[in-house]
Amino acid sequence: MVTFYIAGSVAVLATIMVITRYNMIHALLYLVISFLAIAIVFHVLGAPFMAALEVIVYAGAIVVLIIFVIMMLNLKQESVDQERQWMSKKLLIGPAILSVILLAELIYIISTTESGAIEQPALDAKAVGLSLYGPYVIGVELSGILLMSGIVGAYHLGRQKKKVVHRFLEAQEH
Amino acid sequence: MKPIPVEAGLILAGILFMLGLISVLIRRNIIFMLISVEIMLNAAGLAFITAGARWVQADGQVMFIFILTMAAAEVSVGLALILQIYHQLKTLDSDAANKMRG
Repeated sequence: MVTFYIAGSVAVLATIMVITRYNMIHALLYLVISFLAIAIVFHVLGAPFMAALEVIVYAGAIVVLIIFVIMMLNLKQESVDQERQWMSKKLLIGPAILSVILLAELIYIISTTESGAIEQPALDAKAVGLSLYGPYVIGVELSGILLMSGIVGAYHLGRQKKKVVHRFLEAQEH
Repeated sequence: MKPIPVEAGLILAGILFMLGLISVLIRRNIIFMLISVEIMLNAAGLAFITAGARWVQADGQVMFIFILTMAAAEVSVGLALILQIYHQLKTLDSDAANKMRG
Protein backbone atom coordinates (compact mmCIF):
# COMPACT_ATOMS: atom_id res chain seq x y z
CA MET A 1 0.00 0.00 0.00
CA VAL A 2 2.59 2.55 1.13
CA THR A 3 5.18 1.14 -1.25
CA PHE A 4 2.74 1.63 -4.11
CA TYR A 5 2.24 5.32 -3.34
CA ILE A 6 5.94 5.99 -2.74
CA ALA A 7 6.97 4.24 -5.98
CA GLY A 8 4.20 5.99 -7.89
CA SER A 9 5.30 9.42 -6.64
CA VAL A 10 8.91 8.64 -7.54
CA ALA A 11 7.79 7.59 -11.02
CA VAL A 12 5.81 10.80 -11.55
CA LEU A 13 8.61 13.03 -10.24
CA ALA A 14 11.24 11.26 -12.36
CA THR A 15 9.03 11.58 -15.44
CA ILE A 16 8.57 15.31 -14.78
CA MET A 17 12.36 15.61 -14.59
CA VAL A 18 12.64 13.70 -17.89
CA ILE A 19 10.39 16.08 -19.76
CA THR A 20 12.06 19.23 -18.40
CA ARG A 21 15.74 18.36 -18.90
CA TYR A 22 17.74 20.01 -21.65
CA ASN A 23 20.61 17.54 -21.61
CA MET A 24 19.64 14.27 -23.25
CA ILE A 25 21.79 12.02 -21.05
CA HIS A 26 20.38 13.55 -17.86
CA ALA A 27 16.87 12.93 -19.19
CA LEU A 28 17.75 9.30 -19.90
CA LEU A 29 19.10 8.78 -16.39
CA TYR A 30 15.84 10.09 -14.95
CA LEU A 31 13.99 7.84 -17.39
CA VAL A 32 15.81 4.82 -15.92
CA ILE A 33 14.69 5.92 -12.42
CA SER A 34 11.13 6.22 -13.70
CA PHE A 35 11.19 2.73 -15.21
CA LEU A 36 12.61 1.23 -12.02
CA ALA A 37 9.88 2.89 -9.96
CA ILE A 38 7.23 1.54 -12.31
CA ALA A 39 8.82 -1.90 -11.94
CA ILE A 40 8.28 -1.63 -8.18
CA VAL A 41 4.66 -0.67 -8.84
CA PHE A 42 4.28 -3.81 -10.98
CA HIS A 43 5.73 -5.92 -8.20
CA VAL A 44 3.34 -4.46 -5.64
CA LEU A 45 0.43 -5.04 -8.02
CA GLY A 46 1.28 -8.74 -8.13
CA ALA A 47 3.19 -9.05 -11.40
CA PRO A 48 6.79 -9.86 -10.37
CA PHE A 49 7.71 -11.33 -13.75
CA MET A 50 6.56 -8.18 -15.49
CA ALA A 51 8.66 -6.14 -13.04
CA ALA A 52 11.72 -8.15 -14.08
CA LEU A 53 10.87 -7.68 -17.77
CA GLU A 54 10.42 -3.94 -17.21
CA VAL A 55 13.90 -3.67 -15.69
CA ILE A 56 15.55 -5.87 -18.33
CA VAL A 57 13.87 -4.63 -21.50
CA TYR A 58 12.94 -1.01 -20.77
CA ALA A 59 15.60 0.12 -18.29
CA GLY A 60 18.18 -2.16 -19.83
CA ALA A 61 17.82 -2.64 -23.53
CA ILE A 62 15.82 0.34 -24.79
CA VAL A 63 17.66 3.00 -22.77
CA VAL A 64 21.04 1.52 -23.73
CA LEU A 65 19.95 1.58 -27.38
CA ILE A 66 19.06 5.27 -27.15
CA ILE A 67 22.35 6.03 -25.37
CA PHE A 68 24.27 4.28 -28.16
CA VAL A 69 22.52 6.38 -30.77
CA ILE A 70 23.26 9.58 -28.83
CA MET A 71 26.91 8.53 -28.66
CA MET A 72 26.91 7.87 -32.42
CA LEU A 73 25.46 11.30 -33.11
CA ASN A 74 28.32 12.84 -31.07
CA LEU A 75 26.29 15.76 -29.73
CA LYS A 76 28.14 18.57 -28.02
CA GLN A 77 27.33 21.45 -25.73
CA GLU A 78 25.70 23.35 -28.61
CA SER A 79 22.90 20.83 -28.75
CA VAL A 80 22.04 21.49 -25.09
CA ASP A 81 21.93 25.22 -25.74
CA GLN A 82 19.82 24.64 -28.83
CA GLU A 83 17.44 22.48 -26.84
CA ARG A 84 17.11 25.26 -24.26
CA GLN A 85 16.31 27.67 -27.06
CA TRP A 86 13.77 25.30 -28.67
CA MET A 87 11.86 24.60 -25.47
CA SER A 88 10.48 27.97 -24.48
CA LYS A 89 8.06 28.54 -21.62
CA LYS A 90 5.57 30.14 -24.00
CA LEU A 91 5.38 26.98 -26.05
CA LEU A 92 4.84 24.87 -22.96
CA ILE A 93 1.79 26.61 -21.55
CA GLY A 94 -0.87 25.86 -24.15
CA PRO A 95 -0.48 22.06 -24.49
CA ALA A 96 0.20 21.69 -20.75
CA ILE A 97 -3.01 23.45 -19.71
CA LEU A 98 -5.16 21.50 -22.16
CA SER A 99 -3.57 18.19 -21.15
CA VAL A 100 -4.07 18.96 -17.46
CA ILE A 101 -7.75 19.69 -18.16
CA LEU A 102 -8.09 16.31 -19.89
CA LEU A 103 -6.27 14.60 -17.02
CA ALA A 104 -8.61 16.24 -14.49
CA GLU A 105 -11.58 14.91 -16.44
CA LEU A 106 -10.01 11.45 -16.53
CA ILE A 107 -9.37 11.48 -12.77
CA TYR A 108 -12.96 12.61 -12.19
CA ILE A 109 -14.34 9.80 -14.36
CA ILE A 110 -12.15 7.15 -12.74
CA SER A 111 -12.79 8.27 -9.19
CA THR A 112 -16.58 8.56 -9.53
CA THR A 113 -17.06 5.02 -10.78
CA GLU A 114 -16.95 2.21 -8.25
CA SER A 115 -14.28 -0.23 -9.39
CA GLY A 116 -13.21 -2.09 -6.24
CA ALA A 117 -9.78 -2.87 -4.92
CA ILE A 118 -6.94 -5.25 -5.70
CA GLU A 119 -7.51 -7.86 -3.02
CA GLN A 120 -4.97 -10.63 -3.17
CA PRO A 121 -2.45 -9.68 -5.81
CA ALA A 122 -0.77 -12.97 -6.64
CA LEU A 123 -0.51 -14.04 -10.25
CA ASP A 124 2.63 -16.02 -10.96
CA ALA A 125 4.44 -16.31 -14.25
CA LYS A 126 3.01 -19.80 -14.81
CA ALA A 127 -0.50 -18.49 -15.38
CA VAL A 128 0.87 -15.84 -17.75
CA GLY A 129 2.80 -18.45 -19.71
CA LEU A 130 -0.20 -20.75 -19.98
CA SER A 131 -2.34 -17.88 -21.23
CA LEU A 132 0.38 -16.63 -23.59
CA TYR A 133 0.84 -19.99 -25.31
CA GLY A 134 -2.81 -21.03 -25.02
CA PRO A 135 -5.43 -18.58 -26.27
CA TYR A 136 -2.89 -15.88 -27.24
CA VAL A 137 -0.54 -17.99 -29.35
CA ILE A 138 -1.51 -16.08 -32.50
CA GLY A 139 -0.34 -12.91 -30.77
CA VAL A 140 3.03 -14.52 -30.06
CA GLU A 141 3.41 -15.42 -33.72
CA LEU A 142 2.44 -11.93 -34.81
CA SER A 143 4.98 -10.50 -32.34
CA GLY A 144 7.61 -12.67 -33.99
CA ILE A 145 6.69 -11.26 -37.39
CA LEU A 146 6.77 -7.73 -35.93
CA LEU A 147 10.24 -8.22 -34.49
CA MET A 148 11.46 -9.68 -37.78
CA SER A 149 10.16 -6.68 -39.69
CA GLY A 150 11.76 -4.46 -37.04
CA ILE A 151 15.14 -6.08 -37.63
CA VAL A 152 14.83 -5.79 -41.40
CA GLY A 153 13.59 -2.20 -41.19
CA ALA A 154 16.32 -1.12 -38.79
CA TYR A 155 19.00 -2.71 -40.96
CA HIS A 156 17.64 -1.17 -44.14
CA LEU A 157 17.19 2.29 -42.67
CA GLY A 158 20.43 2.31 -40.70
CA ARG A 159 22.63 1.37 -43.64
CA GLN A 160 24.86 4.14 -44.86
CA LYS A 161 24.46 4.47 -48.56
CA LYS A 162 27.73 4.96 -50.35
CA LYS A 163 27.38 7.79 -52.77
CA VAL A 164 29.21 7.17 -56.04
CA VAL A 165 29.81 10.40 -57.87
CA HIS A 166 31.81 10.66 -61.03
CA ARG A 167 34.80 12.88 -60.63
CA PHE A 168 33.56 15.27 -63.31
CA LEU A 169 30.30 15.70 -61.44
CA GLU A 170 32.01 16.21 -58.08
CA ALA A 171 32.72 19.82 -58.92
CA GLN A 172 29.04 20.48 -59.59
CA GLU A 173 27.98 18.74 -56.41
CA HIS A 174 29.76 21.21 -54.16
CA MET B 1 -2.01 -5.01 4.48
CA LYS B 2 -4.71 -2.77 3.08
CA PRO B 3 -5.71 -3.44 -0.52
CA ILE B 4 -4.70 -0.93 -3.17
CA PRO B 5 -7.65 0.78 -4.84
CA VAL B 6 -7.81 0.27 -8.60
CA GLU B 7 -8.37 4.00 -9.08
CA ALA B 8 -4.87 4.73 -7.76
CA GLY B 9 -3.21 2.56 -10.37
CA LEU B 10 -5.34 3.91 -13.20
CA ILE B 11 -4.77 7.52 -12.12
CA LEU B 12 -1.00 6.89 -11.94
CA ALA B 13 -1.14 5.51 -15.48
CA GLY B 14 -3.15 8.56 -16.58
CA ILE B 15 -0.67 11.00 -15.05
CA LEU B 16 2.29 9.27 -16.69
CA PHE B 17 0.49 9.19 -20.03
CA MET B 18 -0.30 12.90 -19.77
CA LEU B 19 3.33 13.75 -18.99
CA GLY B 20 4.46 11.83 -22.05
CA LEU B 21 1.82 13.55 -24.17
CA ILE B 22 2.90 17.01 -22.99
CA SER B 23 6.50 16.15 -23.77
CA VAL B 24 5.61 15.00 -27.30
CA LEU B 25 3.73 18.24 -27.86
CA ILE B 26 6.31 20.72 -26.55
CA ARG B 27 9.58 19.17 -27.71
CA ARG B 28 11.17 19.79 -31.07
CA ASN B 29 14.08 17.42 -30.58
CA ILE B 30 13.16 14.18 -32.29
CA ILE B 31 14.98 11.91 -29.80
CA PHE B 32 13.04 13.47 -26.93
CA MET B 33 9.82 12.79 -28.82
CA LEU B 34 10.80 9.12 -29.11
CA ILE B 35 11.55 8.97 -25.37
CA SER B 36 8.13 10.50 -24.66
CA VAL B 37 6.43 7.86 -26.79
CA GLU B 38 8.19 5.25 -24.66
CA ILE B 39 6.79 6.90 -21.51
CA MET B 40 3.28 6.80 -22.97
CA LEU B 41 3.58 3.12 -23.97
CA ASN B 42 4.80 2.30 -20.48
CA ALA B 43 1.81 4.09 -18.97
CA ALA B 44 -0.54 2.06 -21.17
CA GLY B 45 1.18 -1.11 -19.96
CA LEU B 46 0.70 0.01 -16.36
CA ALA B 47 -3.02 0.41 -16.97
CA PHE B 48 -3.18 -3.12 -18.42
CA ILE B 49 -1.31 -4.58 -15.43
CA THR B 50 -3.61 -2.77 -12.99
CA ALA B 51 -6.71 -4.06 -14.72
CA GLY B 52 -5.27 -7.57 -14.87
CA ALA B 53 -4.50 -7.49 -11.16
CA ARG B 54 -8.02 -6.33 -10.33
CA TRP B 55 -9.70 -9.36 -11.92
CA VAL B 56 -6.80 -11.75 -11.16
CA GLN B 57 -6.55 -12.68 -14.82
CA ALA B 58 -3.36 -13.19 -16.81
CA ASP B 59 -4.63 -11.25 -19.85
CA GLY B 60 -3.32 -7.92 -18.57
CA GLN B 61 0.20 -9.24 -18.23
CA VAL B 62 0.01 -10.92 -21.65
CA MET B 63 -0.95 -7.55 -23.14
CA PHE B 64 1.98 -5.96 -21.35
CA ILE B 65 4.34 -8.46 -22.97
CA PHE B 66 2.91 -7.53 -26.39
CA ILE B 67 3.33 -3.83 -25.63
CA LEU B 68 6.93 -4.52 -24.59
CA THR B 69 7.62 -6.31 -27.88
CA MET B 70 6.06 -3.51 -29.88
CA ALA B 71 8.04 -0.86 -27.98
CA ALA B 72 11.31 -2.69 -28.65
CA ALA B 73 10.61 -3.00 -32.38
CA GLU B 74 9.38 0.59 -32.56
CA VAL B 75 12.41 2.08 -30.83
CA SER B 76 14.86 0.22 -33.06
CA VAL B 77 13.17 1.38 -36.27
CA GLY B 78 12.72 4.89 -34.83
CA LEU B 79 16.38 5.20 -33.92
CA ALA B 80 17.42 4.02 -37.37
CA LEU B 81 15.16 6.73 -38.84
CA ILE B 82 16.69 9.31 -36.49
CA LEU B 83 20.20 8.36 -37.60
CA GLN B 84 19.16 8.67 -41.23
CA ILE B 85 17.52 12.07 -40.65
CA TYR B 86 20.58 13.32 -38.80
CA HIS B 87 22.90 12.25 -41.58
CA GLN B 88 20.77 13.84 -44.28
CA LEU B 89 19.66 17.05 -42.56
CA LYS B 90 22.47 17.51 -39.97
CA THR B 91 19.95 18.43 -37.29
CA LEU B 92 17.61 16.78 -34.80
CA ASP B 93 14.87 19.36 -35.37
CA SER B 94 11.64 17.61 -36.27
CA ASP B 95 10.52 20.68 -38.23
CA ALA B 96 13.44 20.28 -40.61
CA ALA B 97 11.96 17.07 -42.02
CA ASN B 98 8.67 18.55 -43.17
CA LYS B 99 9.36 18.42 -46.88
CA MET B 100 8.92 15.25 -48.90
CA ARG B 101 11.49 15.05 -51.63
CA GLY B 102 11.31 11.53 -52.93
